[in-house]
Amino acid sequence: MSASITKQRLRQWLLPVIALASVCAYIAAVWMYDLKTVWLWTDLLVYVLIVSMAAFFSVAKRRAHLREPLQRIVENRTAMVCLVVLAGFMTIGVLDSVHFRLPSGGAGDHGKRYAPEVTSILDLLMAQQRVQMEKTYASPLSLWQYEKVTVEYPDGRHERVYPRLQFGGAHIAPGAAHRQDILRRVASGVGAGLMMGGLIALLALGYAMSRHAASAREVVSGVMRATGAIPWRAMWLTLFLLLIALGVVWALAGEYHVFGTDKVGKDVLYKSVKSIRTGLIIGTLTTLVMLPFAVFLGILAGYLRGWVDDVIQYLYTTLSSIPGVLLIAAAVLMLQAYIHTHPDLFPTEAERADLRLLFLCIILGITSWTGLCRLIRGETMKLCEADFLLAARAFGQHPVGIMLRHILPNVMHIVLISVVLDFSGLVLAEAVLSYVGVGVDPATNSWGNMINAARLEMAREPMVWWPLLSAFIFMFVLVLAANLFADVVRDAFDPRLKRR
Amino acid sequence: MSDYLLAVKDLHTWYTGARGRVHVLDGVSFKVRRGETFVLLGESGCGKSMTALSIMRLLPMQFQNNISGHVQLDGVDLLQLPEVAMRRMRGRRIAMIFQEPMTSLNPVMTVGAQIVEVLVQHTTLRGASARAEAVRLLDAAGIPAAGQRLDEYPHRLSGGMKQRVMIAIALAGKPDLLIADEPTTALDVTIQAQVLDLLKSLQKDFGMAMLLITHDLGVVSQMADRVAVMYAGQVVEQASRNDFFKSPQHPYSQRLFEALPELDKRDRELNVIPGTVPALDQEFVGCRFAPRCHRAWDACEKNSPAWIALPNESGLRCLLADATWSGAAPAPKKSAPMALNRTPSDTARGGEVLAIHDLKVHFPIVKGLFKRAAGYVYAVDGVSFQIPRGRTLALVGESGCGKTTVGKAILQLLETTQGSVMFEGAPLHSLRGEALRKKRREFQIIFQDPYSSMNPRMLVSDIIAEGMMAQGIEKDKEKRSARIDQLLAHVGLRTDAGQRYPHEFSGGQRQRICIARALAVNPKLIVCDEPTSALDVSVQAQILNLLKQLQAEHGLSYLFITHNIGVVAYLAHEVAVMYLGRIVEQGPVAQILSTPRHPYTQALLSAVPSVNQAQQREAIRLAGDPPSPIDPPLGCHFHARCPRVRQQCRERYPDPVTIGSSVVRCFLYSDATK
Amino acid sequence: MLTYIVRRVLYAIPILIGVNLLTFTLFFVVNTPDDMARMHLGGKRVTPEMVQRWKAERGYDKPLIFNVQAAGVEKLTDTIFYKNSVRLFAFQFGSSDDGRDIVQDIKQRMLPSLAIAVPAFVFGLMVNISFALLLAFFRATYVDTVGTVLCVAMMSISGLFYIIAGQFLLSKLLRLVPISGYDTGWEALKFILLPIAIGVVSGIGSGARWYRTLFLEEMGKDYVRTARAKGLSEYLVLFRHVLKNGMIPILTGAVVVIPLLFMGALITESFFGIPGLGSYTIDAINSQDFAIVRAMVFLGSLLYILGLVMTDISYTLVDPRIRLQ
Repeated sequence: MSASITKQRLRQWLLPVIALASVCAYIAAVWMYDLKTVWLWTDLLVYVLIVSMAAFFSVAKRRAHLREPLQRIVENRTAMVCLVVLAGFMTIGVLDSVHFRLPSGGAGDHGKRYAPEVTSILDLLMAQQRVQMEKTYASPLSLWQYEKVTVEYPDGRHERVYPRLQFGGAHIAPGAAHRQDILRRVASGVGAGLMMGGLIALLALGYAMSRHAASAREVVSGVMRATGAIPWRAMWLTLFLLLIALGVVWALAGEYHVFGTDKVGKDVLYKSVKSIRTGLIIGTLTTLVMLPFAVFLGILAGYLRGWVDDVIQYLYTTLSSIPGVLLIAAAVLMLQAYIHTHPDLFPTEAERADLRLLFLCIILGITSWTGLCRLIRGETMKLCEADFLLAARAFGQHPVGIMLRHILPNVMHIVLISVVLDFSGLVLAEAVLSYVGVGVDPATNSWGNMINAARLEMAREPMVWWPLLSAFIFMFVLVLAANLFADVVRDAFDPRLKRR
Repeated sequence: MSDYLLAVKDLHTWYTGARGRVHVLDGVSFKVRRGETFVLLGESGCGKSMTALSIMRLLPMQFQNNISGHVQLDGVDLLQLPEVAMRRMRGRRIAMIFQEPMTSLNPVMTVGAQIVEVLVQHTTLRGASARAEAVRLLDAAGIPAAGQRLDEYPHRLSGGMKQRVMIAIALAGKPDLLIADEPTTALDVTIQAQVLDLLKSLQKDFGMAMLLITHDLGVVSQMADRVAVMYAGQVVEQASRNDFFKSPQHPYSQRLFEALPELDKRDRELNVIPGTVPALDQEFVGCRFAPRCHRAWDACEKNSPAWIALPNESGLRCLLADATWSGAAPAPKKSAPMALNRTPSDTARGGEVLAIHDLKVHFPIVKGLFKRAAGYVYAVDGVSFQIPRGRTLALVGESGCGKTTVGKAILQLLETTQGSVMFEGAPLHSLRGEALRKKRREFQIIFQDPYSSMNPRMLVSDIIAEGMMAQGIEKDKEKRSARIDQLLAHVGLRTDAGQRYPHEFSGGQRQRICIARALAVNPKLIVCDEPTSALDVSVQAQILNLLKQLQAEHGLSYLFITHNIGVVAYLAHEVAVMYLGRIVEQGPVAQILSTPRHPYTQALLSAVPSVNQAQQREAIRLAGDPPSPIDPPLGCHFHARCPRVRQQCRERYPDPVTIGSSVVRCFLYSDATK
Repeated sequence: MLTYIVRRVLYAIPILIGVNLLTFTLFFVVNTPDDMARMHLGGKRVTPEMVQRWKAERGYDKPLIFNVQAAGVEKLTDTIFYKNSVRLFAFQFGSSDDGRDIVQDIKQRMLPSLAIAVPAFVFGLMVNISFALLLAFFRATYVDTVGTVLCVAMMSISGLFYIIAGQFLLSKLLRLVPISGYDTGWEALKFILLPIAIGVVSGIGSGARWYRTLFLEEMGKDYVRTARAKGLSEYLVLFRHVLKNGMIPILTGAVVVIPLLFMGALITESFFGIPGLGSYTIDAINSQDFAIVRAMVFLGSLLYILGLVMTDISYTLVDPRIRLQ
């Protein structure tokens, strides 16, 4: 009896315990390896975002009007497959959002010294890709450099040849079988991916068996026949495919530049993966920044009407009448001028780039704020006509109470839908803005910056196509998954669609 | 050629829901003769509209290919026809008009184009001759100045006019069968009477058969030749009109009649059908009505009744009619409806709870940059009445007459333009802010739409608690939740209802929750704004019983806003009839209903289709629609439609005249008293 | 009708003033002209004299709002605010930071912008509507499912990829059209074909999907059931009833952007080296030419507001339910 209660409680606290354990592990690591944690602004906001998401779900579990749409999402195959993919991206994003400085060995005069560059956990995981820089371009999995260089032989002879790369495929003896080596690594990568997946599956199996008090055979056959409401089979399939892809890339990345290198010899895979955080931050923080304003002003305008409505309407009509790109450009140019004239405020390059990223989010938020505000104002006005609001007034409920208890919960589905729908648009917008030159800092890794650089690379003979392709693949997968997921979220939460 | 035009045999229609197949129609059979009116009667969700759509093969997407059985029109099975051939049937052989005239016309096409379209599709008429035919059809549908209306867009027309246009469209193909799906449900009583008359005469002129679908026993009585009663996707009884109204056979039909509120049922409770309509996503064992049936016995729960054909083309789906079972049936219980216990509170304890005098509510029509008022909507224009303690005043009128506005103005949910609202002798209209908020516990409101009147995001217990919290009643949490349980039990709900959300309840149950919510603050007056008009007859009876019982127990006063004369007759003590922002006649309910004096009251009462043919008043049909409250006509507001109009009616508004205990505002009586 | 238009135009004035004040604050208050000068001159060895000269050349050496030294009206007019912000209302955009006349530039670059934006807009609208109608016609079949997924996939691709892929495929591999550049007269045709095509293709995903939902929403309405009950064919129902109603939101939604077509397509123009207003804006942003950016912000808002006014008017024209008295 008591054992089952403990078990149940354990299950209930599983996620918080895992979260707490990872935080503890990080603190231990900081203490053991003597790291200096760097709190970037966007990192803090990412943590806030994670905590508020967790809070939302714990609230949603208890509220039928949220639980039911969520249930519909959970039972949708497309949505759950996309969620697995998005979760992969998010994991990378979170790993890349814990920043610190490594000790640089030896104690200085004023305590310890730390390396100047800011590192994240992801950087540590990809240390090899980060450090091993070639001289210039190299195509994917190649052994040789993209450009010929003049080599001077000991006998004084000069020749223009493609030199071997310093790191890429350095383990392969001249003339040895390059292709076989790649195939061998692919195979071992597939194996590693399958093993990793199997391990996770075993853990999950144990959990499912204890939870449903079922035998392993029952659980497995339930998943394989896709009998339950939740599309586990599709999710597991996606997870396995992702893990296999990860395994292959991992196996190859040990000795090769999987996606080649860029102009200054940086590993393109590393750049693409680092860009994930930038994309995610632009897609999520922007809406997070603007949400309070849009919701607050929208409800205020819709409920109070009169001159308050006039002022708020004037505000958002004015803001939305300036073409978005131009307003962003104007604001970013001003920011640039500000940074330029106040260099003392930004001690490290990372902090400067980070602040610029944050400002970009804020500016994007201000420009995209108007649409949501208008929607919420309209919905509030519609709600004001509803009988239940009249009933609340007939009870003498205070206006603040009405807005908080009656209007806010009834507009939250719009907020949720627009946050999810805006995400992919913002990720795409980042690329365009970076191209225009008003996006993230040129030093920040972002798909926009990669595409921007690719424009010149495409004109070269033979063409340098791999940075572009790499950025394209990562961006497309993320945006497609987000779009498909957003569709399902909208269908689940939009009350207008429920009738059909 | 067979005597029957349409023969529906064993029609099944279903869709696949979350919990498996949902049989919306489960073996529906009936036949319609040439030229007759066959009525499908039933409450919401019984499948009557689905029957019509199945015949037309116009079912929504999720029903695609989920239909079986036979629908024979002149021997041709419509369900077997290819879509192309079926198209030649629609509009040509079978035409259909729908419930919502407001949305059933294409808003961006002219009325003429929408009629001509049918002519082009099904006749050889083109161009000018098609237009001429369209004018003729509009004329036949009783639209004045038909030639000018041809090039107008639907939004310029009133609801009644739109339904006439729909009828003209339906007639364009000269169909053999007209399916009318609740054609007058969305219309006011006087307009409904016009449209029903029109349908009747057109049917005669065109020699059409009509399949009329309705939930209104009055409409059945007025229109039908034969009736089929539907319940939960099946026909449970079929009979000729006279037989049906003389002696309904199925227990369900019997109870429908008994649940109808009427004047002579005033002093007892209405006989109700307990519970709600069953969900159709289940496998039925036994009779579908058994759980709610007052004559059911154990056999009903195990044996599903077969259709028993009776003489005169009538039939019954009930074990009582089945010789193999009826022998075991228990005798009907002599259950005389409970007489209402008259507590002292019912005989007015004296004193007025509410007195309003010369109440006016004018809404400004704002225009331009500076929002100046360009005109006013004279929604309520000088209304006075009193409500004594423990009594009910019914405010009767058609839509747009301002009756709801009066209710909201009394509750101070709207700004009053002029006049006084005295609550227990103290003025309400001058109260503001905190003082008004405190006072609000004394008077409450129950709304028409049980779906929008509760916040869908709140638990039922929170909904009921809201008023108590806002008014500071029962601050202790324990006591409050005890009180909520008590209230829920009081309105006939289980106490675990508090932990659920509004959408988990049916319409009638929601209305009970709304009543509990209003009672939570112990009000003295409740404004009931058409609380039963969105409900089915059987559920309406439950709510009316509850309201009556609460009044007796708590001495509540009701302002009952409604357009349903039957409800008025059953529930009200006094009646005030409103027309275009003013009360035209007011008095005790028996007097107004038996001897209405104002021509409008007379017309209104005569327009209500009565269940009892003998009681049907002599028809007084009003022409046209009520004028707009933006620009009320000079003189008596009613003069443009009044059958007894005089010269002075056009010049000024008549003063009130007291006759006996009632008050009339009409020149017909001002001479008599002078 | 006329009074309505006049009133809508009058309503636009306070918004334009708001836009103007906002840009003024952004450009001259948040960052002083000194900051701008230093940034423009670049480098670390910027002497106060150089800054002063840079400002004087561009008229940025005057006080912001109120000139104490000037006399009479000039106290107000001889200021940065008047010279650079108020004058925008009279379309006096002044000269760019490198001394070119902005009005002249705009006049010159308007035509190439329109040559691309207008056909792309018109063809795009047509293609999107036809595609959406196709999907609506085959709703709830696999054609619809595949088409919708295709739309989502297409809108998940960044516009930049369409351009790069288009250039690579048609210009580099097939050599059908030149990669970039522009010419006058009919010669321009071969330069604008690809940008137009890319403008159309990149918009299909989101456009067709949006219109499809509009059409489907209309198809669920009661009047469509009436039309079917008349015995009309599915084709007639779609084209005579649904299309007409669905076109109302589509057209009025499209009207908003018509004036903005003048502004050109930012990215496309700069990729294809077309001397239009889009590339003008981008170049100005890249060279941090604030005068041009300011002028374009003003012009853009003006055109947007014009679009709003036109939308309101177009509603009254296409929707019989909204008629002005």
